[in-house]
Amino acid sequence: MRMLTGQTKPSSGAIEVLGYDILTSSKQARAQMGVVPQIDNLDTELTVEQNLMMFAVLYRVPRRERQSAVERGLAIAQLRDRRDSKVTELSGGMKRRLLIARGLVHTPELVLLDEPTVGLDPQVRQELWSLIDALRSQGTTVLMSTHYIEEAERLADDVAVMSHGAVVARGTPQRLRELHVGDRATEYYGPPDRLADIERAAQSAGLATRRTGPSIAVLRSEGAPRDLLSELGDGVHRPATLEDVFVLLTGEVLE
Amino acid sequence: MRSASHGARGFRRYEWATFEGVWNRELTLFKRYWLSTTSSSVVQPVIYLLAFGLGIGTLVAQVDGISYVEFVGTGSVATAVLFASAFPGMFNTYVRRVFQRTYDALLAAPVSVDELALAEGSWIAAKAGFYGSFPLVVTFFFGLTPTWGMLLVPFIGFVTGLGFAFFGMWVSAIIKTIDETTYVTSIVLTPLFLVAGTFFPISNLPAGLQFAAQFNPLYHCVELVRAACFGWDWPADLYNFAFLVVFALLMWWGAVRQLRRRLVD
Repeated sequence: MRMLTGQTKPSSGAIEVLGYDILTSSKQARAQMGVVPQIDNLDTELTVEQNLMMFAVLYRVPRRERQSAVERGLAIAQLRDRRDSKVTELSGGMKRRLLIARGLVHTPELVLLDEPTVGLDPQVRQELWSLIDALRSQGTTVLMSTHYIEEAERLADDVAVMSHGAVVARGTPQRLRELHVGDRATEYYGPPDRLADIERAAQSAGLATRRTGPSIAVLRSEGAPRDLLSELGDGVHRPATLEDVFVLLTGEVLE
Repeated sequence: MRSASHGARGFRRYEWATFEGVWNRELTLFKRYWLSTTSSSVVQPVIYLLAFGLGIGTLVAQVDGISYVEFVGTGSVATAVLFASAFPGMFNTYVRRVFQRTYDALLAAPVSVDELALAEGSWIAAKAGFYGSFPLVVTFFFGLTPTWGMLLVPFIGFVTGLGFAFFGMWVSAIIKTIDETTYVTSIVLTPLFLVAGTFFPISNLPAGLQFAAQFNPLYHCVELVRAACFGWDWPADLYNFAFLVVFALLMWWGAVRQLRRRLVD
């Protein structure tokens, strides 16, 4: 993410963002990008409104349009009634919304969101999801990194699965599921010994499995042989998810 | 690859937007804190003048043909400039880079390290020039006669402050923890302001220290301030001024270089 804004230099290769070479014209590219960092770096000495105004200036919003850009930002952050609050008085969710609004104050063509929902309550996360979805429907390109695979599944048109710094798969969530894990997974619960037996049986029948703590999921169970299913006993069927794809491709154990 | 004119206009190396953004921010903070900043800027020279001027002044009537109160009053302009520039340069820059990470946020916008350093440094220098002149105003009440030349003192303070603001920024980007500023203060800054000709003339010092003082920017600042108050000595003062300009340029170069190392990995 930092390489895209020229804040980290690549050890090799070239980067082009919105048609600009980052090594030579990163300023032009940055002017048309909005960046929402993972770590809160709001200016704690300024108020909500002053934070937005500072970035409206830095992003070259013309003087006459600045106040309306700030108002739009306040609306996005849902902080209209907190405009004069110091940043230190805001809750975690409010800060994150302000951070996002700050990156959108100049209506950029491209928005970089670095783990925008990490550490947030489910309610707040959903609010941010609708905000991101609204951006997408307005035609803004959103590049988002996330550890919440559900988030990628719900929001992304194009998913790149990264492992050890390299893209190991790329496509729509639908396509990645079809390609790697099929339609359905079946989860079996039981003591560790039984889970190990199920794992062995499924794998010898050529099916991939995935451990999920107290249970084991047999992937592509829609195509499993009948005798295998009867051997395995009662399981819970569920639709396959992008998370199954992610774990299958990046390995069950993180190194 | 797009040409620079397509989509967005080309960007110059130094753009007004960065200065407007940074100065606006500082102005906002200044409006909030001006009363405390201003009163401490008045109180400090008053203390110096009372302690040194009236204390030592009873032992020493005149130095280099001027009353000791006026000698200290004009000299402590340099001290005030130093405090108003080196400390904000060190502390504000360190806090904003490391603790608040606001510099990271600014550099994700179309702002470069050069612009950021110059915008921050010039604001600090302007404040140092302004507050650095306060001792002079205080000395009026102790009998200093106002002259037209004194109008240049804020400008002398600005140039000196620029150098020390960048010095502080350079230090802030070298140190690993904020506690290390203590060493800089006691080993570098304290000798600088003591051996600048503020409280006693350099000519009384041993030859080695006299020579060392020639490399002290504060000494050249003190010389210029006294010249502005009591009369110019052109070739020497031009040299004093040139020294301060070179000092500022050197510190600017170092600050930008080291800050870039820390902010762009």
